[in-house]
Amino acid sequence: MENKSTNRNILFDSIRQSFAKLTPRVQVKNPVMLVVYIGALFTTALYFLSFAGIQDENSGYILAIAIILWLTVLFANFAEAIAEGRGRAQAATLRRARKDVKARKLKSKDNVNESTEVLSADLKKGDVVYVKAGEQIPMDGEVIDGAASVDESAITGESAPVIRESGGDRSAVTGGTTLVSDWLVIEVTAEAGTSFLDKMIAMVEGASRKKTPNEIALQILLVTLTIIFLVVSATLLPFSSFAAAQAKAGSAISITNVIALLVCLAPTTIGALLSAIGIAGMSRLNQANVLAMSGRAIEAAGDVDVLLLDKTGTITLGNRQASEFLPVNGVTERELADAAQLSSLADETAEGRSIVVLAKKKFGIRGRELSRLNATFVPFTAKTRMSGVDYQGTQIRKGAADAVKTFVQEKGGTYPEECERLVKHVAVSGGTPLVVEKDNRVLGVIYLKDIVKNGVKERFEDLRKMGIKTIMITGDNPMTAAAIAAEAGVDDFLAEAKPETKLSLIRDYQAKGHLVAMTGDGTNDAPALAQADVAVAMNSGTQAAKEAGNMVDLDSSPTKLIDIVRIGKQLLMTRGSLTTFSIANDVAKYFAIIPVLFFSIYPQLSALNFMRLTSATTAILSAIIFNALIIVALIPLALKGVKYREVPAGNLLDRNLLVYGLGGIVTPFVAIKLIDMLLTAFGIV
Amino acid sequence: MSYIVVQDLFYIVFLIALSVPLGIYIDKVMTGQKVFLSRAFAPLENGIYKIMGTRSDEEMGAKKYTLSVLLFSGIGFVFLFLLLLLQGVLPFNPEGIKGISWHLAFNTAASFVTNTNWQAYSGESALSYLSQFLGLTVQNFVSAATGIAVLFALIRGFVLKRQSTIGNFWVDLTRATLYILIPLSFVIAVLLVSQGVVQTFSPYRAVTTLESGAAQTLPLGPAASQIAIKQLGTNGGGFFGMNSAFPFENATPFSNFIEVLSILLIPAALCVSFGKAVKDGRQGRSIYLVMMIFFAVSLVAITACELFTGPGFNGVAASGNMEGKEIIHGVGGSSLWTVVTTAASNGSVNTMHDSLTPLGGMLPMFLMQLGEIVFGGVGSGLYGMLAFVLMTVFIAGLMVGRTPEYLGKKVEPFDMKMVCLIILAPPLLSLLGTAATVLIPAASAWLTNSGAHGFSEILYAFSSLANNNGSAFMGFNANTVYTNVLGGIIMLLVRFIPMAAAIYLAGNMAKKKTVAVSAGTLSTTNGVFVGLLIGIILIIGALSFFPALALGPIADYFTS
Repeated sequence: MENKSTNRNILFDSIRQSFAKLTPRVQVKNPVMLVVYIGALFTTALYFLSFAGIQDENSGYILAIAIILWLTVLFANFAEAIAEGRGRAQAATLRRARKDVKARKLKSKDNVNESTEVLSADLKKGDVVYVKAGEQIPMDGEVIDGAASVDESAITGESAPVIRESGGDRSAVTGGTTLVSDWLVIEVTAEAGTSFLDKMIAMVEGASRKKTPNEIALQILLVTLTIIFLVVSATLLPFSSFAAAQAKAGSAISITNVIALLVCLAPTTIGALLSAIGIAGMSRLNQANVLAMSGRAIEAAGDVDVLLLDKTGTITLGNRQASEFLPVNGVTERELADAAQLSSLADETAEGRSIVVLAKKKFGIRGRELSRLNATFVPFTAKTRMSGVDYQGTQIRKGAADAVKTFVQEKGGTYPEECERLVKHVAVSGGTPLVVEKDNRVLGVIYLKDIVKNGVKERFEDLRKMGIKTIMITGDNPMTAAAIAAEAGVDDFLAEAKPETKLSLIRDYQAKGHLVAMTGDGTNDAPALAQADVAVAMNSGTQAAKEAGNMVDLDSSPTKLIDIVRIGKQLLMTRGSLTTFSIANDVAKYFAIIPVLFFSIYPQLSALNFMRLTSATTAILSAIIFNALIIVALIPLALKGVKYREVPAGNLLDRNLLVYGLGGIVTPFVAIKLIDMLLTAFGIV
Repeated sequence: MSYIVVQDLFYIVFLIALSVPLGIYIDKVMTGQKVFLSRAFAPLENGIYKIMGTRSDEEMGAKKYTLSVLLFSGIGFVFLFLLLLLQGVLPFNPEGIKGISWHLAFNTAASFVTNTNWQAYSGESALSYLSQFLGLTVQNFVSAATGIAVLFALIRGFVLKRQSTIGNFWVDLTRATLYILIPLSFVIAVLLVSQGVVQTFSPYRAVTTLESGAAQTLPLGPAASQIAIKQLGTNGGGFFGMNSAFPFENATPFSNFIEVLSILLIPAALCVSFGKAVKDGRQGRSIYLVMMIFFAVSLVAITACELFTGPGFNGVAASGNMEGKEIIHGVGGSSLWTVVTTAASNGSVNTMHDSLTPLGGMLPMFLMQLGEIVFGGVGSGLYGMLAFVLMTVFIAGLMVGRTPEYLGKKVEPFDMKMVCLIILAPPLLSLLGTAATVLIPAASAWLTNSGAHGFSEILYAFSSLANNNGSAFMGFNANTVYTNVLGGIIMLLVRFIPMAAAIYLAGNMAKKKTVAVSAGTLSTTNGVFVGLLIGIILIIGALSFFPALALGPIADYFTS
């Protein structure tokens, strides 16, 4: 319901904006449409002059041309306005979050009791503020003390609160978000006007939108075509007057018709939709909850041919799961499963739970109450690297192979050769081995498997077809990494990844001419993010990471990179396809106009009028009506983007050429003929 | 009929067979590798560098390269201008021909420096031997060599990575002249002399003809040497006014074949050199193919027009439209020459283009209007074509979802600016020149025809001038102050604006890194790309000229 009314608001607002954009100040920014604009002014002037007796055509005809040209300009304005509309609505919501609040500024960061109240707008970089539950964070900053849950829905739209705490990779807070619990001491890192929220508002609103290099290059091409057509149309005045004198028949063509011809030929379709396409691309990215710091970054995303993907969360499910019990000789699988299950009952980790599940599935071992067994749970610590359970004098431990080995041997037990073999087997096949021992006797190994996400293999296969290489980044050892890489079907992997190795990997690829995209969140990712061509920082990450990246993913989702590439490619494809369509249109427009244009001089030229258009008047009107309507008809496509599939470049080209190239030639023939028939039916000849 | 088919097929096969080895050779020469002539010419080459005060390893950036081109052409222009004005008092002038008017000298100097060879004079009555061999022949060589030099500067732009220089103009110029143009011209000149093309410093000879004993003066001169380079260098300026329709320029069917072959030889070979130089023969092949398709289709079309759409004479079967054609060349030989000379920016003629059938006359006009890129001028044709390739890559590249790239180099705003300058200059100047001329009240008095054909004559003239072709439709009185000055300015602009743009494009490309090729990269060698390139060239050409052509040859066709 609300959505509907928003859409209606955007629509009305856009119509209003289309008229507001008629000022010359806005029009000069788009050279192609400026030509139409000047043409509209000119024909309007010609219309009024016709009352003074200065007329080169029937005044009703001149008026019709003038009106259609004004509509053409308005349609172009409307396309841009409606593309901006969604952003404007989003910006309005964000603005509400940016209201000034009172902040408690601390005299020193160690003493939270001594504070002065200042307006958030007056905060300077380096100021330290204290925020309590229920209060709004006044400005972007770095948490230097405390931990709290923060509601960031104002920015991300995600209502579940997130944890923010000092140190580590979750220390960045954004002004305009609200503390749900606890308190934080925050060092301010931005000032009013340059905060993340300010940037975000500017970005979604399109206020800071600069033309991207590719847009500029395309603009140059369009201006060139317009100049050619300007000269082609203008020179027709002397040409036709000379020809009329030579043929001793007819007269030079009228200025009105020259203007109509020029507007038809100039690439107005793409000229009108170009900025809408760019804004819509940005907007699609925003809808995917990604903020690009520049339009350039989206285009770069289309060019990316190497993706660095973090294994966890992108390629594999976040958690490993138990998939097999591998007992050593003399132990039954059930005995191993039983011990493993016991040791995991109180283990709240996902791995622990998966062991319980597997034991139940395989042997029907049901959950037992630890308190009834009189058991105590021994939790995992970084020091022991084992967890387990003690009950009725029995000790069960499970943990990393070398930790259990030392543990057993220290207590005088033996660590069987076979266990070593099993451990190695698991590691080689991409799993993580957990060794289980009971009272100094090694029972066997639990095979914890990294679960590769459903469908990623196909996804990577598609990317490969498009010429995009996927590289898995993982902290695992090379053996495990290789196994998972093979299973997921990535092209390459970087095992035991460290920030430095990531950075040098990116540099290597770039030196070979590749464009690299990556996601990162930690401060130590910052150098790699700064080096990558497309660098997506997680919103949950540190300030340093966000500054180093050229996009921020508000959802902090590791698979986002693939969506970003898609949006980038789609943006460029839409631009290219509509350009092709626009230029291809000219063929039909020529065949509509030229034969009838010189009819009075060389009636024989109507042999070329194979569309059998009724008269010069209907032919020219049909062509410029088509020219105006096609802009409106293509607005949805400009906003949505052309269809995108993950196939090789050759197939994409074939398809788009067929649809927009061939379609661009055929469509206007049909449409112009239809409009001509309508005009004729209404008696306009 | 079947003779014509055999002749045309023979021509194409021969052209391809010769252009491949020559292309490989040119690449070696221009990239400084050893060739079989190196031993003989290297000392001479080094001597030339010493005299010029340049070093062969001294590299130039785009600005310096452009300035060198302009300086060299400027000096050549002034020298030729003065020579033509002062020829009356200079030696090698057995006929005592006086200096020509300032505007004709301006026009002729501009014409030969720009590789156009538009001729508003008749060689035998207006120029001394000195003007011909020291003025025109020299420019025939160096203007062609300049084209090759600039082409290779552009090719280096694609090949080099992160460099600020694109070679040395003086070295490129010297190598192109010394190793390519001079040896080839020598071979062609000897072949032509063997067929009876004149090569002498003797004065004109007076003879008494068999026809009622009338006296006739036979013009002579050092023609063969100039004709060889006139064809090879896509210059086209005839030694004599009648150009290659005159027996002393073009004596036999064999000499005709050699001359018409030498027009396309170097432009075709440069496609092969391009493939070699960028280390991907397929890139050169696809461009060669595009040019060949345009050429072959035009050849078939014009031959058909001349054979079948000529005027009928009361049902008397004629072997096509023979008006304005030499009997010895016939429809086939004349059509072939007409297409070759306008596909390349040569402009020499062995037939009267004004007398072609309306549609037959439109084809050479349209070939020029495409921007002289179907083989085109030596060097300039290919760099013009590469501009169209970049434009095609730009549009097609976007359609595959990447910012466009060609040979691994991203096409960015500055590159597009240069590409557009190269593509924009010829059609704009053609149209504006024509428009300015038809506005002159006296214009129709300069024409030999009225009606649509009269308009065609003016349109043809300016299409020829504004594409550095130089061929004349005839029928348009060319030697007036107005046409000489306007024509001269147009020729200079349309030569040097795209040329400078090509060099700056090279400079910018050389600075870039190379992007790796993947399945996501747009192929610039497959059939789809070839088709798309043809489409873009046709659309730009047709959109620019269709209205004007409708008032000229098309109206001519429908009204005659």
